[in-house]
Amino acid sequence: MIIADRKPLEEILQMVKDSNKILILGCKGCVTVCNVGGMKEVGVLSSILKIARKKEGRPLKVDEKTIERQCDPEYIAQVKEIVDKYDAVISMACGVGPQFLSEAYPTQRFFPAVNTTSFGGATSHGVWSERCAGCGTCVIHLYDGMCPIARCSKSIMHGPCGGSARGKCEISKEVDCIWDMIVKKKMEKGRLEDLIQMKPTKDWRTARDGGPRKSVREELVQ
Amino acid sequence: MRLSYPSSVKVIQVPCTGRVDIIHLLKAIEDGADGVYVAGCLEGECHYLSGNLKAKKRVQYVKNVLKEIGMEPERVEMFNLSAGEGPRFAEIAREMAERIKKLGPSPVNMKKAA
Amino acid sequence: MKDLKAESNLEKVLRAGHFALTGECGPPKGANVAHLKEKIAHLKGVVDSVNITDNQTAVVRMSSWAASTILIQEGLEPNFQMVCRDRNRLAIQSDILGVYAMGVRNMLCLSGDHQTFGNHPQAKNVYDIDSMQLISLVKKMRDEGKFMNDEDIDVAPKLFIGAASNPFADPFEFRVYRLAMKIQAGADFIQTQCIYNMEKFRNFMKMAVDMGLHEKVYILAGVTPMKSVGMAQYMAKSVPGMDVPESLIKRLRGAGKGKVAEEGIQFALEQMQEFKEMKGIAGVHLMAIEWEHKVPEIAERAGLLPRPKVE
Repeated sequence: MIIADRKPLEEILQMVKDSNKILILGCKGCVTVCNVGGMKEVGVLSSILKIARKKEGRPLKVDEKTIERQCDPEYIAQVKEIVDKYDAVISMACGVGPQFLSEAYPTQRFFPAVNTTSFGGATSHGVWSERCAGCGTCVIHLYDGMCPIARCSKSIMHGPCGGSARGKCEISKEVDCIWDMIVKKKMEKGRLEDLIQMKPTKDWRTARDGGPRKSVREELVQ
Repeated sequence: MRLSYPSSVKVIQVPCTGRVDIIHLLKAIEDGADGVYVAGCLEGECHYLSGNLKAKKRVQYVKNVLKEIGMEPERVEMFNLSAGEGPRFAEIAREMAERIKKLGPSPVNMKKAA
Repeated sequence: MKDLKAESNLEKVLRAGHFALTGECGPPKGANVAHLKEKIAHLKGVVDSVNITDNQTAVVRMSSWAASTILIQEGLEPNFQMVCRDRNRLAIQSDILGVYAMGVRNMLCLSGDHQTFGNHPQAKNVYDIDSMQLISLVKKMRDEGKFMNDEDIDVAPKLFIGAASNPFADPFEFRVYRLAMKIQAGADFIQTQCIYNMEKFRNFMKMAVDMGLHEKVYILAGVTPMKSVGMAQYMAKSVPGMDVPESLIKRLRGAGKGKVAEEGIQFALEQMQEFKEMKGIAGVHLMAIEWEHKVPEIAERAGLLPRPKVE
């Protein structure tokens, strides 16, 4: 799923400083799963903004709504009747949401309340870690189910580098060295020869480096 | 026990402080409470095992939010005591009431008054 | 001497079977040519070639290729270092042609410290290819005369290819395999990370020799003399992949006030003596960073002067 973190409150308040009536739009997709932009979080942000503005003596009217997803036109259409009733709309969905909304409702201003970071999953309760960098050419099977492109700080394909120490990446003791894990697993399974073979250089065209990407299912296109 | 505690303290009973969520604390502040505190069982003695630990984290979250928007984080607090400690309950109530008195009315209220 | 790959001084010295000595110099944090010339002057005639670092520890300095050409102008031989952190494959191949055109004949292929270490942590990460692929690329350009995309190069760069090896990083058992991979990819010479844990290094070299790697590549052992107890403690704690035994720190502390630097040099000299006799070691890479003026003395005391002249 897509992982995001809420923007600093100061930044969000700045976004709506000229508004008196706003809508906070949540999403039941990824941002609900990582507890940053679902119904509950919409309620919390709403209360926080109201408190902050009351404190300033400029009360803010806030409506709350959470839709199924903000990455499908059918769901975006659900807010058609209400979207223009506000001075501004805050979207708590990932970076896709505010863009889809902006496209569908060009007369309204949409603000992102979260900073979208990566594709990942829950590694323990309340913690989500990056697993995929969206390179477009998945080769995790070559590394026994681990991705060095996303999880090695240098995206090395023949690791580990000389900075790997005690299973941790040189950039921080909080970051595991994925290459340490790959090597250990390969050694355990007796597949070290897999690593000794030279891998060809990566074709980054399928990644974001090649330009914005599009996926088309010919069998579905009408 | 018939011990007295300040009338400025309104008590809301919950089966376990684990029931108290972030939104409840925020709503209290939003609706004009000058302070809000959560009184839960002693750590390690929660009847539901870890409800009071969840409450502690939520109180901390709200403290951080208040700091971020320029309000005093001391307006929200977590306390732990056993159900049998009547005098401690009253003491906490007095302590918090005193703290809030020193801090003054919530900034949310001040503008209302003006 | 025939069949030389690049005809650099370093290559000739190693080929002739002499014990090689390379030095290191970090370019200035500015266009301070005078300061650079001052530093390298100490190394002239004292070492066979000098490593020129590439934005070392991700701190911006004068580019490695520019500093390398200044060295050539001053009559020294540079070991041009290139890291994968800052350049994509276009810039990499372009710079390789450039440095060769300007007279560079030795090149080290490195990953590069991650930019979070340095003074511009906000920078975009490149790492288009990794150090293993870079070694392979330089070899392809040199021996096949082709670019990465198989197009012909009109005049191929003939470079003596170097790589780094860190026997002290983890996992230890894999390090010698990684060294083997670098040799397989095309490395002609290897410089190790600076060594303090001699016991561990001996084990590493034993594994390397058992695999016959010393016959396929020239291995130069890294030596950095400790200047102070503080330096030793810093390196022990804060430099990833560095192994500084407690016994060394104790030894330095025991030297007494004002005598620590001399004790550090003593240790380095003992190491160099052992390396001269160690199987599989073809030379020493002396990294007396910001202590270049001490290199002539150390080289002299290690019995490594005068440096051999090979035609």
